[in-house]
Amino acid sequence: MFDCVVIGGGVVGSAIAYGLASHLDSVLMIDGRDSEPRAAQANFGLVWYQSKGVGMPAYQRLSRLAVEEWRSFSEEIEETGGIPIEFAGPGGLTFCLGDQELEARQTILSRLAGQMERTEIGMLSRHELERLYPGIRLGKDVTGGAFSALDGHVNPLRLLMALQQGFVNAGGTVHRGRRVDGIEVCGGQFRLHLKRSVVHAARVVIAAGEASRVLAEPLGMTLPFTLQRGQILVTERVGPVLPYPSDRIRQTAGGTIMIGGTKENVGRDTGTTANAAASLAARAIRVFPDLARVSAVRQWSGRRVITPDIAPIYERSSRFPGAYACICHSGVTLAAYHARGLAKRIAGYGSWDDVQKFSARRFDVQAA
Amino acid sequence: MLKPDLLIVGAGPAGMSAAIVAARAGLKVVVVDEQPTPGGQIWRGVEANAGTSRGRALGAQYCSGLATVRAFRECGAVYWPSTRVWQIEPTLGTYVTGPGGTRVITPRLVLIATGAQERPAPLRGWTLAGVMTVGAAQILLKNPGSVPSEAVWIAGCGPLALLYAHQLVRMGGAVAGFLDTRPSTPLRESLRLAGRAVLRSSGELAKGASWYAELRHRAGRYVPGVVDLQALGTDRLEGVRYRTAAGRVEEIRTSLLLIHEGVLPELHTVRSLGCEIQWDAGQAAYRPVLNEWGECSHPDILIAGDAAGIGGAEAAVHRGRLSALRILQRLGKVAAEPGMTEENCRTALARALALRPFLDRVFRPRGEIFAPDDDTIVCRCEELRVRDLRAALAGSVGPNQLKAFTRAGMGPCQGRQCGLTVAALIAAAEGRQMSDVQPFRVRPPLKPVRLCDLAGLADEGLSS
Amino acid sequence: MFRLLEDDRGRMESTVTIEIDGYPVIARIGETVASALLREGASWSRTTPVSGARRAPYCMMGVCFECLMLVEGEGLVRACQTPVRDGLKVERQMGPRKVGPSC
Ligand SMILES: Cc1cc2nc3c(=O)[nH]c(=O)nc-3n(C[C@H](O)[C@@H](O)[C@H](O)COP(=O)(O)OP(=O)(O)OC[C@H]3O[C@@H](n4cnc5c(N)ncnc54)[C@H](O)[C@@H]3O)c2cc1C
Ligand SMILES: Cc1cc2nc3c(=O)[nH]c(=O)nc-3n(C[C@H](O)[C@H](O)[C@H](O)COP(=O)(O)OP(=O)(O)OC[C@H]3O[C@@H](n4cnc5c(N)ncnc54)[C@H](O)[C@@H]3O)c2cc1C
Ligand code: FES
Repeated sequence: MFDCVVIGGGVVGSAIAYGLASHLDSVLMIDGRDSEPRAAQANFGLVWYQSKGVGMPAYQRLSRLAVEEWRSFSEEIEETGGIPIEFAGPGGLTFCLGDQELEARQTILSRLAGQMERTEIGMLSRHELERLYPGIRLGKDVTGGAFSALDGHVNPLRLLMALQQGFVNAGGTVHRGRRVDGIEVCGGQFRLHLKRSVVHAARVVIAAGEASRVLAEPLGMTLPFTLQRGQILVTERVGPVLPYPSDRIRQTAGGTIMIGGTKENVGRDTGTTANAAASLAARAIRVFPDLARVSAVRQWSGRRVITPDIAPIYERSSRFPGAYACICHSGVTLAAYHARGLAKRIAGYGSWDDVQKFSARRFDVQAA
Repeated sequence: MLKPDLLIVGAGPAGMSAAIVAARAGLKVVVVDEQPTPGGQIWRGVEANAGTSRGRALGAQYCSGLATVRAFRECGAVYWPSTRVWQIEPTLGTYVTGPGGTRVITPRLVLIATGAQERPAPLRGWTLAGVMTVGAAQILLKNPGSVPSEAVWIAGCGPLALLYAHQLVRMGGAVAGFLDTRPSTPLRESLRLAGRAVLRSSGELAKGASWYAELRHRAGRYVPGVVDLQALGTDRLEGVRYRTAAGRVEEIRTSLLLIHEGVLPELHTVRSLGCEIQWDAGQAAYRPVLNEWGECSHPDILIAGDAAGIGGAEAAVHRGRLSALRILQRLGKVAAEPGMTEENCRTALARALALRPFLDRVFRPRGEIFAPDDDTIVCRCEELRVRDLRAALAGSVGPNQLKAFTRAGMGPCQGRQCGLTVAALIAAAEGRQMSDVQPFRVRPPLKPVRLCDLAGLADEGLSS
Repeated sequence: MFRLLEDDRGRMESTVTIEIDGYPVIARIGETVASALLREGASWSRTTPVSGARRAPYCMMGVCFECLMLVEGEGLVRACQTPVRDGLKVERQMGPRKVGPSC
């Protein structure tokens, strides 16, 4: 019998499990098979707040809290997990091509500014951008951009490894390559059915990404979301040229350049298309023409979980106390919050009130 | 956008043979190959070499390719040399880059005839300058006609190593020594496998035996039963240390070592399409799952030649023809040549494959290749050693996550040099059979493509 | 590491001169940059972006990517798949390739 079982070993499940391990005695994380869809292994690695929460101040604040926590969190996780995660928080950019994009970005910024006292996000002119990138030319269509001093990036794969290792080092148990087929409740306890065994738990956290809905439904939690495909292109390693990450192009610590991410509503299709590669490459060259002769070595796609308002859903079952569900886009950015604030509350410390805003019930209210 | 009936990837024996049958029957055929001239691996450069002293030294089987190449040039198929295929989408949209820029081809059917690559044979020091594959040296023999500047050391197992030594000597090069890594095979078992094929293929066998005899005679040294090899040096190869099954350890000085441990089907293309593969224990290799026509789990894709499973050049020719016959059937055409029947092709294919089980058994790679010691680099691009992978194994759920966590297979070669070893390490660590382990996923592009070449698609509106 | 054989065709008229790291290298028409490189004293093609170790062409058939070299006007390409042409300028790739206005 475990104090808590976390279902899902993506970046969300791993962060929560890691956090729970310092509050509870026995925590088990169950992570499905290698072939399962894994957004945590397909994402872009931004720790990002500058575009989050337009029209939803609570999400804006949450994202800001998370990126602010990231600085100390990255040090903590490198130490407890023993794995360097290549986090850097120099600030981040959104490039605008043409006047329309520039105006659209300005509108977003002013809406965000209307929701928060000091956003720490501002517009930069083309000239100012040029000064930020002394080693590479900007394309002629670059009209300006938005800059957030709080944003940054991380190696998401190393983050995932470090969270899992930190969890194990803190005494957590991991079942790898096993699937939870169903959850039963009996006598206030949860019985999790795996292929050839049953696991008992006092609490259960469903953090199985897009597979969460079917697990959560029987426990009285409804998780509305759709899937959105994102394709990413990555290049050969090049010498350091991009000192700042931007929303669609960033250079990793290893030197490769990541170019992302399409937003496609194609259901469960996880293919990659040359079309997407072409448009990603074309935009990257429009921003940085000097990248034209750099080679792409890999392209992949992942699926984002998109809730009706894009913000995360943190659910606590009222019918079955002790059952939780957590799904989100931006699980990398929010990892610092998941490991700290959220895990603490799931463990029973602190008030759930501020988390309640992220219950899926907010969508019922909107509909009413 | 080009919309042929059939797109063939690869102009080796399989691809050319298929193109000849299909084009002569009236299909619109496009053949794309990365090499500047047709011929594939075996017949590389045959148009330039046949009839010269170099051609004669390379041998009759080599020169015999000229007839096929000529027929291919004249068959009416559109041939794009120096052009690489970097992505085939499941809808068959195929993206190529070559002298004509980046183009899209949308054929009705695709035949993959991409041949083989040499089996990665990880050993300590194999990344040093001065260690090359035997196949690489043979390519240099064919074009431009280079031989090692000094008598060369060869280490390995497989017909190609013997053939190269034979061709090298005939061309005026010299073999300093041959470290034979072929595990000894019980004679009775090999003969049983060979069965009647031995009688029918006595010519082939005699040829192989004579290469061996020549090697023992002409090589400065011939060392049988080598079980462990290490390339020595810091900036470049300086020597080789080896150990024999009998436990003898010796060191030699050399600046060039050629290694070879057999060949594997080129699976990247097939696997990027998600086509099913299976482990072939006899060949110690994965191969695509195919029916007798070379049709795979994707309804509109066929696979022929060594990419379908190692069978050699002659089998490649017949498999190419059989796939072409099937394609004609599916598109409502018939072969133009009178003798080009399924029955004839199958008979010829069976003959060409008769000796294969024997060869597979005799040249089965030594187990050490799949279990290199901790210090050996597995992933050449990311410079990951066995140790690094073993350490990461415990903390990951399978090959794809292992790749994500270690970066094995994420460099420019895209896993071509490490994929099989990684799968073997996983199988060993988990006590599973290779047949239970899938190698990690293959991602496009099949070969790196410059961003400007990709963007070119968007500019020309070709991609819409 | 390799030397050319004389045969009944090859003579000076079928050669071109390419440049590797600024030094002239005589190559045969129809051969690749990698095969010409392998006749040079220093036959290595690059140092790796990971550890800086030297690498040389390994497979010659386009599947190992050890022969990545910088070819003027093209970028980082496999030297074993790149035919020589007169005046072609090639550089050994040292570590990760540089990107910028001049590359
Ligand atoms: C290096 C090497 C040397 C060999 N030498 C001999 C020999 O001398 N004698 C012998 O009997 N056997 C040899 N073999 C074995 C070889 O596999 C032959 O049996 C025969 O060449 C197989 O014919 P094939 O048509 O299946 O493939 P191949 O002859 O290998 O032809 C495949 C063709 O596909 C092309 N190709 C692959 N991928 C792409 C892509 N993405 N885009 C465009 N083109 C692509 C390649 O350039 C190649 O020309 C050799 C194998 C190797 C790897
Ligand atoms: C293209 C793309 C780019 C992105 N870029 C960013 C970015 O820059 N910054 C950012 O913050 N976010 C980004 N994201 C979003 C981020 O990747 C996701 O928010 C995050 O990965 C979600 O993590 P997860 O753990 O919920 O889901 P997943 O990573 O999908 O993990 C779910 C896990 O649950 C397991 N599982 C499923 N079913 C079961 C079961 N029944 N039993 C046991 N285990 C089960 C699976 O094995 C899997 O490991 C991006 C996403 C995509 C697709
Ligand atoms: S030498 Fe292997 S790719 Fe060129």
